[in-house]
Amino acid sequence: MKVSCEALRQVEAICRKFGNDSGELISILHECQNTLGYLPEEVQRVIARELGIPASKVYGVVTFYSFFSMVPKGKYPVSVCLGTACYVRGSDKVLEEFKRVLGIEVGETTPDGKFSLDCLRCVGACGLAPVATIGEKVYGRLNPSDIKKIIAEFED
Amino acid sequence: MENMITLTIDNRAVSVPKGTTVLDAAASIGINIPALCHMDLKGTCVKNSPASCRICVVEVEGRRNLAPSCATLVTEGMVVRTNSARVVKARKTVAELILSDHPNDCLTCPKCNDCELQKLVTRFNIRRMTYKGEQSVRKKEETAAITRNMDKCILCRRCETVCNQVQTVGVLGAVRRGFETTIAPTFDRMFKDTDCTYCGQCVAVCPTGALTERDNTDRLLDDLCNPDKIVIAQPAPAVRVALGEEFGMEPGTIVTGKLATSLRYLGFDYVFDTDFAADLTIMEEGAEILHRLQAYLGGNKGVKLPIMTSCCPAWVNFYEHNYPDLLEYPSSAKSPAQMFGAIAKNYWAQKMGIPREKLVVVSIMPCLAKKYECEREEFSVNGNPDVDYSISTRELARLIKRSNIDFKSLPDTDFDTPMGESSGAGAIFGATGGVMEAALRTVYEVYTGKTLPRLEFTDVRGLDGIKEATIDLNGFQLKVCVAHTLGNARILMDKLRAGELNYHVVEIMACPGGCIGGAGQPYHHGNVEILKARSRAIYREDEGKPIRKSHENPDIKQLYKVYLGEPLGELSEKLLHTHYFDKSIK
Amino acid sequence: MIIDSPAVLESIRQEALKALSVREESNKATSAEAAGLQKGTPHMQILCCGGTGCKASESAKIVENFKESLQAHGIADKVDVVVPGCFGFCEKGPIVKIVPDNTFYTSVRPGDVEEIVTSHIIEGNKVERLLYQDPGTGEHISDSKHMNFYRKQLRIALRNCGFINPEDIREYIARDGYKALAESLNRDSLDVLADIKASGLRGRGGAGFPTGVKWEIARKFDAPDKYVVCNADEGDPGAFMDRSIMEGDPNSVIEAMMICGYCINAHHGLIYIRAEYPLAVHRLQVAIAQATEYGLLGKNILGTGFDFDIEIRYGAGAFVCGEETALIHSMEGKRGEPTLKPPFPAEAGYFGRPTNVNNVETLANVPVILTKGPQWFASIGTEKSKGTKVFALAGKINNVGLIEVPMGTTLREIIYDIGGGVKGGKKFKAVQTGGPSGGCLTEKHLDIPIDYESLAAAGSMMGSGGMIVMDEDDCMVSVAKFFLEFTVDESCGKCTPCRIGNRRMLEILDKITQGRGTMEDLDTLENLAKVIKDTALCGLGQTSPNPVLSTLANFREEYEEHVRDHVCRAHKCKALLTYSIDPDLCKGCSACARGCPAEAIAGEVRKPFVINPEKCIRCGMCLSRCKFGAIKVI
Repeated sequence: MKVSCEALRQVEAICRKFGNDSGELISILHECQNTLGYLPEEVQRVIARELGIPASKVYGVVTFYSFFSMVPKGKYPVSVCLGTACYVRGSDKVLEEFKRVLGIEVGETTPDGKFSLDCLRCVGACGLAPVATIGEKVYGRLNPSDIKKIIAEFED
Repeated sequence: MENMITLTIDNRAVSVPKGTTVLDAAASIGINIPALCHMDLKGTCVKNSPASCRICVVEVEGRRNLAPSCATLVTEGMVVRTNSARVVKARKTVAELILSDHPNDCLTCPKCNDCELQKLVTRFNIRRMTYKGEQSVRKKEETAAITRNMDKCILCRRCETVCNQVQTVGVLGAVRRGFETTIAPTFDRMFKDTDCTYCGQCVAVCPTGALTERDNTDRLLDDLCNPDKIVIAQPAPAVRVALGEEFGMEPGTIVTGKLATSLRYLGFDYVFDTDFAADLTIMEEGAEILHRLQAYLGGNKGVKLPIMTSCCPAWVNFYEHNYPDLLEYPSSAKSPAQMFGAIAKNYWAQKMGIPREKLVVVSIMPCLAKKYECEREEFSVNGNPDVDYSISTRELARLIKRSNIDFKSLPDTDFDTPMGESSGAGAIFGATGGVMEAALRTVYEVYTGKTLPRLEFTDVRGLDGIKEATIDLNGFQLKVCVAHTLGNARILMDKLRAGELNYHVVEIMACPGGCIGGAGQPYHHGNVEILKARSRAIYREDEGKPIRKSHENPDIKQLYKVYLGEPLGELSEKLLHTHYFDKSIK
Repeated sequence: MIIDSPAVLESIRQEALKALSVREESNKATSAEAAGLQKGTPHMQILCCGGTGCKASESAKIVENFKESLQAHGIADKVDVVVPGCFGFCEKGPIVKIVPDNTFYTSVRPGDVEEIVTSHIIEGNKVERLLYQDPGTGEHISDSKHMNFYRKQLRIALRNCGFINPEDIREYIARDGYKALAESLNRDSLDVLADIKASGLRGRGGAGFPTGVKWEIARKFDAPDKYVVCNADEGDPGAFMDRSIMEGDPNSVIEAMMICGYCINAHHGLIYIRAEYPLAVHRLQVAIAQATEYGLLGKNILGTGFDFDIEIRYGAGAFVCGEETALIHSMEGKRGEPTLKPPFPAEAGYFGRPTNVNNVETLANVPVILTKGPQWFASIGTEKSKGTKVFALAGKINNVGLIEVPMGTTLREIIYDIGGGVKGGKKFKAVQTGGPSGGCLTEKHLDIPIDYESLAAAGSMMGSGGMIVMDEDDCMVSVAKFFLEFTVDESCGKCTPCRIGNRRMLEILDKITQGRGTMEDLDTLENLAKVIKDTALCGLGQTSPNPVLSTLANFREEYEEHVRDHVCRAHKCKALLTYSIDPDLCKGCSACARGCPAEAIAGEVRKPFVINPEKCIRCGMCLSRCKFGAIKVI
């Protein structure tokens, strides 16, 4: 996939907004990912050039933090909480069911680009355990049998 | 004394300066704590101290956990145990854990017998694989210069440190995290798709077989055995002061005569010397220096100053990748090894009546980037390279051992002529500052028409990262600068780009200490004394030479007389000069 | 309006108190009688929880419905809708509280709004069905003060959570907010520091280092740029104390950072917060903007010449960044790899400058310590652990939620009195404190008073405050494996013991849960755990073996059952389950055989079927298909 020139200009603008300060790398990566949805190589190269640091440093940071992704996420990113509270209330089974229903593994995106599946550690809604989020929306007190219905909400 | 700290290590009192590590304090009283990730080439900028391998842990009274001695500074009254049961057991367990994620193929590993992990395993008396489990599967690659097998990586991070902090090349870095962590080139690419300069300092510091040189010894053996080939050798200046180490000789032993003999015994048809080509380089580069200076003094504002040396192939790669806007500053002179190749395959081959395809020129280098340099297209004629390939000092040592040659008892012999005679100026190319000093000896005399009162330019010698000197040339103050390591080169180049670099001549070598610290040399294993001994030997070699200025080398004079004409002449330009490319990654 | 003196601050406080007085008074009174506009109550307030948990259950929609309904009934001027932070009782969220009669509605749905407005707000009749029902007595409890969940709590760090509108700095000021700062700036900073030391406050992030001592050390290092860092990287899975404080009372953190800055002579503050907490980020941004607008942040604060600014930095999903050196590297735009201490951040921290790092909950205690006095704070708690501790109570417990109790409270009081006991009448098995760095405690530990020392002595640790209750259905080997999976996932990979050692431990645990473990493995596990504790580089690595060591110590027989008998008593380890058909109950309907994906079940119709254990993949399909309860799982 090729990143558009316009997108790369946006990346430059974001870097400049942060004063091309390499100390702000993580904030810059957050904003770029928010804007573009992911952080492909071309974007990281532009950031490296703007901040005057080796691209390998940017890449090292991107791959260190689980929040950053080098592949586009689905239109509806699904995240299943695997925090302890959710775990003891059966989140592993919820995750298995998401995998089965979506037909993808954790870290993957469905071929139609609609859903991607990830795990996260605690959204802090432990009262609703087990919990999953799709986009901004939080789904609580999940049962494996609910998953199919929830996914169906997003089929258009 | 106020700045001394007294502590107890293994029941022995020791006083060391404030700021000393427990590891060094222990070493000062003969307690040799095992360490792995740690490397400190004291007096240079090569220092890796992540305190991450946890092999060097010791017990410090009053502390809950074991402390890494490599990074723990001494404090007054500290009580340290380096060999308690708790420490010895923990250390062994840590080593066993490292082994559990390391291929068990020492017998065929290129680093066998030179591996720091292997040494620890022997030292800790590890006799079985205690922990078994999934092993990391990481990338492998063979480039012209470097072989990479990251399955053997133990994540000491030394390569990352030299690539970033020392060389500022910034190619190698830690990627991902936890058990998945890998040290990889940018974007997990192959070296060839990155800004890698092939300086090979990652190889020079790698404790295991993860990063090693591309091995050309079998290729060389094939050629030596081939009756249809004429194989000629050219060993670099720094090889002769280090090769002996591979045979148990003291660092700094000069083995020039044995080197020549061993190459003959190996079956080389002719044994010449890169030092000869170093003199030739001074003639060409010196002429270029004078040429640019005269233009500058004549009021030409466009002349590119400082002129920079171009002998070091990693440095050439570095500026082609990082400073494509400044390609007109470095001298266009080829490196000595390539000048040698060009003369050998043109002048000498013609003279001897040897067809180009039949002639194999092998360089023996302290360097890995030279292997890459041999493969540059511009250094070949119809696909036939001027220098066919290069082997490192280490590879030569392996070949000598493999060929049943008892190196230490070899008689001394001289190099063959006409490309074997060299001056002391050629010899010192192997140490940082050497090319500059050699050039100054010639430039001074040619420019001033006077004989140098004192040959040694001591200001440009030694391990300081950036050295400078001013030389009076008939009233003109020539300002020169010498830098080693690419990190120091970057400092100078950034200044040049900003228009703030006020020198006339600059020498740059990529490796710490110059070629004596090259990545093809016997491993120094972190002992800076070895580099210093080699450096001293280089200057001893110079002092022992009857001729110490390049322009006084009779064979060089003869070469110009019968073949080349004059420095920077038409034929010289064609054979001995090159041009550079913009290799920046867009 | 710029607050440039304590006097202006006081006048704002007086003004803002008016809005709060309804809540303040109702908090003191106990009234069984419902208020209502028709009963003559002049002014009412609806507090609708705006914490992450309740928001996930549509509390935003509830707020919207309330506003619409009040408009529709033409009573919007008599009734305020306030969105405070977390009430703590997440189990029964969304929570809606009505004042002045202090009615505590639980599990409110957007559809319940109209009834609350018409019946309660207007007519003055409480909606009984939405009141909390005591599981013991079955009685409906209207006032939260009378609920067991709240009765044993003492809310200091959470004093404003669930009470004030966190997006209105005036409400914070009304609750004596910024008073401690105003007073401190007019005192000698050494005296203020002495108060913090005297209070006995210790770091709430886990290790329990005395806060005053930490400040004192940071004060000693002189530099032009010094930093106060708030560690809001609450990565402990199952813990949400810091998130709730930032969502419910962000100004308390800001005020404390400034007081710290004054004490250690720093003028810059940085808050390092998880990117997973968008609401907390928003609330902090609002609070910083309001504090700046009021002149409480910036130059010449309260006319004293003291300058302080605060910036927010974001985490990006790395648990190890809770470790202070890793946190600092992350804020510098680097990989979050810890470095050896010393040097401590107090000497060389953010970009090499002296830096003091405190956790959110620690900071939230600071202003109230100064307004109420260090002696007051030191009078709460145990000899070595002063004050209170916030816990995120979760797992197999009836009342999941956020609680704050005095140090010294027992686990039993928390689990049974506050937490309402184990869910579904199951048998209590273990309680895990301290997250991945902590341990699993058992029945025999329930009466130890909670403080730093006693939890550590029991093989666990205070940690940041996660507290997960487990019942008889939880397999302790699997629990240890769960935590180790987390650590392996979150290890930065820098040091050998954590990178490889934990991985090897996980592999051994996996073997055991697969029924392939040996008794020797248990010893290997224990030895490895001890060496990792002793040699790992940072706090994450050094504490990572705790879940394994504590379960080995407290539940060794469960490990041995897995190894020796190939039995998982909690039926969690799939590989150890044996499925069989009870011939007496089997009707021979063949439903199981037809559904079996592995074709492991055979038999003749109307005769008992049999499962071939060699072929069985333990998927449980037969169990779900059998209508006669004939499938047995051992």
